Amino acid sequence: MRYTPHTPADQERMLKTIGVASIDGLFEHVPKSLRERAKINLPDGLTELAVRQQLAALASQNATAGDWSLFLGGGVYRHFIPSAVDAMISRSEFSTSYTPYQPEVSQGTLQALFEYQTLICQLTGMEVSNAAVYDGASAAAEAVLMARRIQPTGRRRVLVSRALHPHYRAVIATYVKNLIDVRLEEIPFDGTGGTDIAALTERLDDQSMCVLVGYPNFFGIVEDLAPIKSACARAGAQLIAVTSEPLAFGLLKPPGEFAVDIAVGEGQSLGVPMNLGGPAFGFFACQKKFVRNIPGRLVGETVDSDGRRGFVLTLATREQHIRREKATSNICTSQTLCALAATVYLSLMGKSGMRRVAEVNVARAHEAKARLIEQAKLEPVFSGPFFNEFVLRGNDLNQVFTRSAKSKIVPGIRLEQWYPELTDCFLSCVTEMNERQEIDRLVRTIAG
Amino acid sequence: MSEPSQDRKSRRVTEPNLLFESSSPGRNSIVWPAEAGDAAALIPPALLRDDIAGFPELGELEVLRHFTRLSQRNFAIESQFYPLGSCTMKYNPKINEVVARFPGFAEIHPLAPPGMLQGALALLHGLEIMLAEISGMEYVSLQPSAGAQGELTGLMLIRAYLADRGNPRRKIIVPDTAHGTNPASSTLCGYEVIQISSNDHGVIDATAVARVTDEEVAAIMITNPNTLGLFESNIEAIAEVVHGKGGLVYLDGANLNALMGIAKPGHMGVDVLHMNLHKTFSTPHGGGGPGAGPVAVNGQLRDYLPVPRLVKQGDRFELLEDAPKSVGRVRSYFGNFGVLVRAYTYILSLGGDGLEQASRMALLNANYIRRRLEKSYQIAFDEPCMHECIFTDRIQHKNGVSTLDIAKRLLDYGYHPPTIYFPLVVSGALMIEPTETETPETLDGFVDAMLAIAREAKEEPELVQQAPHSTPVRRLDEARAARKPVLRWERGSSAADS
Repeated sequence: MRYTPHTPADQERMLKTIGVASIDGLFEHVPKSLRERAKINLPDGLTELAVRQQLAALASQNATAGDWSLFLGGGVYRHFIPSAVDAMISRSEFSTSYTPYQPEVSQGTLQALFEYQTLICQLTGMEVSNAAVYDGASAAAEAVLMARRIQPTGRRRVLVSRALHPHYRAVIATYVKNLIDVRLEEIPFDGTGGTDIAALTERLDDQSMCVLVGYPNFFGIVEDLAPIKSACARAGAQLIAVTSEPLAFGLLKPPGEFAVDIAVGEGQSLGVPMNLGGPAFGFFACQKKFVRNIPGRLVGETVDSDGRRGFVLTLATREQHIRREKATSNICTSQTLCALAATVYLSLMGKSGMRRVAEVNVARAHEAKARLIEQAKLEPVFSGPFFNEFVLRGNDLNQVFTRSAKSKIVPGIRLEQWYPELTDCFLSCVTEMNERQEIDRLVRTIAG
Repeated sequence: MSEPSQDRKSRRVTEPNLLFESSSPGRNSIVWPAEAGDAAALIPPALLRDDIAGFPELGELEVLRHFTRLSQRNFAIESQFYPLGSCTMKYNPKINEVVARFPGFAEIHPLAPPGMLQGALALLHGLEIMLAEISGMEYVSLQPSAGAQGELTGLMLIRAYLADRGNPRRKIIVPDTAHGTNPASSTLCGYEVIQISSNDHGVIDATAVARVTDEEVAAIMITNPNTLGLFESNIEAIAEVVHGKGGLVYLDGANLNALMGIAKPGHMGVDVLHMNLHKTFSTPHGGGGPGAGPVAVNGQLRDYLPVPRLVKQGDRFELLEDAPKSVGRVRSYFGNFGVLVRAYTYILSLGGDGLEQASRMALLNANYIRRRLEKSYQIAFDEPCMHECIFTDRIQHKNGVSTLDIAKRLLDYGYHPPTIYFPLVVSGALMIEPTETETPETLDGFVDAMLAIAREAKEEPELVQQAPHSTPVRRLDEARAARKPVLRWERGSSAADS
């Protein structure tokens, strides 16, 4: 394929205007030592048909959710996405525009992001949302950096629940590694599968900067944030709620109602395909009083010179292109197209749809868990309330997983890679996409 | 809530409602399975919420009409020429979109066993190899989600490498022409920023670098071509200076679209490089993401690359999480895979020869615009340009017309403006990057508009100063937005009400 439209006559005419004899003449000032070794040693271009065939061959080597029964969550979820979502984000007016620096001709993107910010506030119960960041993991890391900007320098202990997504914990560690004042500490989980509140309370002190807790956490457990918030408030630490399954907010009390300081998470659940884990977006919300410390893009409402309502990127003095080394973050993207997908998705789902889909998830996951325990003789591991994921223990999981694979079933995610203490345990996820027959098959297959 | 304003001649409603203002209690199009019983009984009541206050209640057609109408209030590559400098707004091929939506790419789960993902891992491995070949670097990580995260990752690699040799050092040298992300990423990585100026020809001198380079300099971050659209012709000498003091060279690859087949960063003495796949490799910008910002390094930095590392063992691809010297994880899972699929598709489509042609035509288009405009607009640096050219408003300023006015007037002519007021070192900069996918006829149309605006600036400056005249909204009050931020809809909160 060629996407350069220049005919030989075009090139000749343009070179004449420029006053150079050949295309090579345009870069004679590039040192010869570089030019003479620059040839790209890759095969020549292909026809569109050949490209499509090669890519289809690669795609066919992957196990898709359509061909397999996947009971996989762990931060990436398979949910139903109405056809209208892709129809809207495929519109090239959205997909082929850039960051809305020229608001007069970007009102589409800007208004959609303003609506996105509103929807995230409503869903999380928070006062302010930015226009999204990369993913849930970097959102959690940015939340820690934000707490560091807000809290006095004497408070630099960061307490992270061990029941928080292992990738998120790893990314937080990467982000703060070079900030020598910050100390990361892990808080264990207890038999409920939730953060051990006694241990947390004991560790909180006047040097504590913030506490990060999954809600629901990596084990699918819905932790009661009320006592955690009280403990944080007594010690003067900020509470950061981290969510990788925001669909749960259709039913669960949102983090804002627990008065958390910052609520962040992964938005993939809300209308974005799994895509091997990316791209989706990270949502980032906080209390209003912290707005000038928030990272990333913000869209605000204003008026034009005729008094009409319009939207602009605002509070840009926090950002890297103005503040450079003093910026609140180096981020300069908002995963806008994915945030737009969520905006369309949430608009279609609406108030009742969000509640219903959350209820279906809860019901199916609870049914599956009960049957796997009763009929397939697996053991429950945690006692806390859960949304659509749960942890089970079984003897000889290798055999269980091998047998399941033969029936094109993946029962869940093995946990020992991140939690040596949870050998023989796996995390299973059931959503509205796992039909009852699929659950029947899972139970039968594991029961042998 | 405000009354929708009317265009009195056409009687068309020009100002769309917000979703929340069109909502009607009980309205919804989606039907869910009837089962489920009393799901709420399975969760303790203290952890349940009431209905989501204010959430939209709309039918499917209303939602579609809403977003379709919003989309029509955007400029985009497929409807307008978009010569936004340093953003490389080239055509985003449709085949990329089709391929990225194959169920074998879109409907796969990152925590499935690697044996079930061999096609995806083969694609990632292939892309690593292709990007290494194009850039002349040795190893690539596809993890970073965007250019800025690629930068941060690159600096972390540098820090980890130097720390391993006894001293992470304190300073990063950043030219005054750099993108703002360079200093911001440096700070985030715990470094102090030393700014240096470019010379009268718009490039960095090796002597200027030598003056500030000591044993505490961890690296220099250079953009090449730089944000003035000029090739940093001293880069090899600069690399020698920095390497001589034990520091490293970081190349911001934002402008790689100028270099394919012309010069490879790996040959310039560069140790670490990030690339923006949404620029050079044609993935759509999406109104501000998602992008992808792979990092490439030479051999000595390989062990520090983020995890997971993709390795080929026999015929199989595996993911290595355990790499003791690695900087760690920079994001969840494997990067923005859907973006990586599009970039892979693009490289396969064009091939080595097509990529070279792309850069050559990008240079041709930029130089053509530069030549056609240079009599009417002041060129910032009278040097041969690469893929973009920078003008200033110096000539128009005499009539009180600024770069902002010129940009807004271009909207009336149906063109997206260039990047304005960047780089900061050029007063009133207009940074034009046409890219290779535009025809000379399109460039001529744009140039004619620019020439017409130059005439208007002389003859009718107020016409330009008050532009735009034909956009869905006129100039917006940005000061008001920042002074009293309204960042979400609430009943009765509209700024237009007050």
